Amino acid sequence: MHELSLCRSLLHQTLEVAARHRAVAVTALRLQIGPLSGVEPELLKTAFPLAAAGTIAESAVLNLTATCIEVYCKSCNTRCQATPSRLCCATCGSCSTQLVSGDELMLESVELTLDQPSAIQCP
Amino acid sequence: MCVDCGCGKPPGIPEPHETATISLFQNLHQQNQDLAAHNREHFRSSGTLVLNLMSSPGAGKTALLEATLRTLQKNHRCAVLEGDLETELDAQRIRALDIPVVQITTGSTCHLDAQLVHKALHSMNLAEIDILFIENVGNLVCPASFDLGQHLDIVLLSVTEGDDKPAKYPVMFRTADLLVISKLDLLPYVGDFRIDRAENFLRDLASSAPIISLSARSGLGLDEWLAWVHAQKAKSSVDGAMAVENGGTG
Ligand SMILES: Nc1nc2c(ncn2[C@@H]2O[C@H](COP(=O)(O)OP(=O)(O)OP(=O)(O)O)[C@@H](O)[C@H]2O)c(=O)[nH]1
Ligand SMILES: [Mg+2]
Ligand SMILES: [Zn+2]
Ligand SMILES: [Zn+2]
Ligand SMILES: [Zn+2]
Repeated sequence: MHELSLCRSLLHQTLEVAARHRAVAVTALRLQIGPLSGVEPELLKTAFPLAAAGTIAESAVLNLTATCIEVYCKSCNTRCQATPSRLCCATCGSCSTQLVSGDELMLESVELTLDQPSAIQCP
Repeated sequence: MCVDCGCGKPPGIPEPHETATISLFQNLHQQNQDLAAHNREHFRSSGTLVLNLMSSPGAGKTALLEATLRTLQKNHRCAVLEGDLETELDAQRIRALDIPVVQITTGSTCHLDAQLVHKALHSMNLAEIDILFIENVGNLVCPASFDLGQHLDIVLLSVTEGDDKPAKYPVMFRTADLLVISKLDLLPYVGDFRIDRAENFLRDLASSAPIISLSARSGLGLDEWLAWVHAQKAKSSVDGAMAVENGGTG
């Protein structure tokens, strides 16, 4: 399982943003995780506090959104939902499809507590 | 507008501002992908075709390399990057064939990543390698998520593992460029492994990858494997030459 190493890069990206905004704490993270991302959301949730211990993100809440698997069918030109082990078209049955969504592993947003009003730096 | 923090307020106006939600939409694998792109640039400039071998532990990755590297070596200068949690054993098996090999031991990490591969690259002379095989850590889960900069993914499925593995490990199998069904000599002893069923499970993943069934032990199917590797190398050389031409005119 590589959820811990993934948490380290999640933490790295988060702390970078926090530093840029001179935040004193990270209160929440919002992530999108697809069933085909290869990541187990529950393990990520368990691993994050371990990775974040001792940082300003240590008590951040992880909000995980599981995305749906969607494919585009090249045979009948439709988009439909699919399951991890069957990525074919639900309408016509063709398996010449393309994955539209379902493999994302995305840090959508972070919620920060800021130090000072003037701390917001706009380039 | 403060584009960074999404607070909607014009910059430079100090106002009490306790919390901020920052929109990012960043891929968590971004760092690895950037490094993989860097590796790919190394491979492009040296004209090296890079094939990434993945499978569950013991499906026969090293055995396949052992059985075919000497033959391949006659036409292409080959080298191997071995990824394992521990030991130099696989590297020793390749070294015994007089093929250049670098062992990466990952310790507790269950997959290779672009950084580990990059470090190893700088200890080999890529300019003298036509085909580089990367033997990933035996694991059907994580290696699929880490781009190394390779050109093609080869997934091995040995007949003793069961023909349903593509359905159970879709993340690994759906992006394979070639499925190798290995240990074909054991098929009669296993009894219930059906190649057509393995193929159907793979097609259900919207994959049109070719399937080669072989045995590193008996030699059955190895010609087809060798032909596939030759064809990929020929194709990559043409593509490479075209890229150089296009780069020259553009
Ligand atoms: N009968 C038979 N045995 C094979 C074949 N290929 C490999 N084996 C045996 O399967 C075992 C594992 O083979 P390896 O080549 O070490 O497998 P691997 O995928 O490199 O293993 P890891 O690197 O540890 O993941 C060894 O005992 C091999 O001799 C084959 O085609 N037929
Ligand atoms: Mg091996
Ligand atoms: Zn369709
Ligand atoms: Zn892993
Ligand atoms: Zn480099």
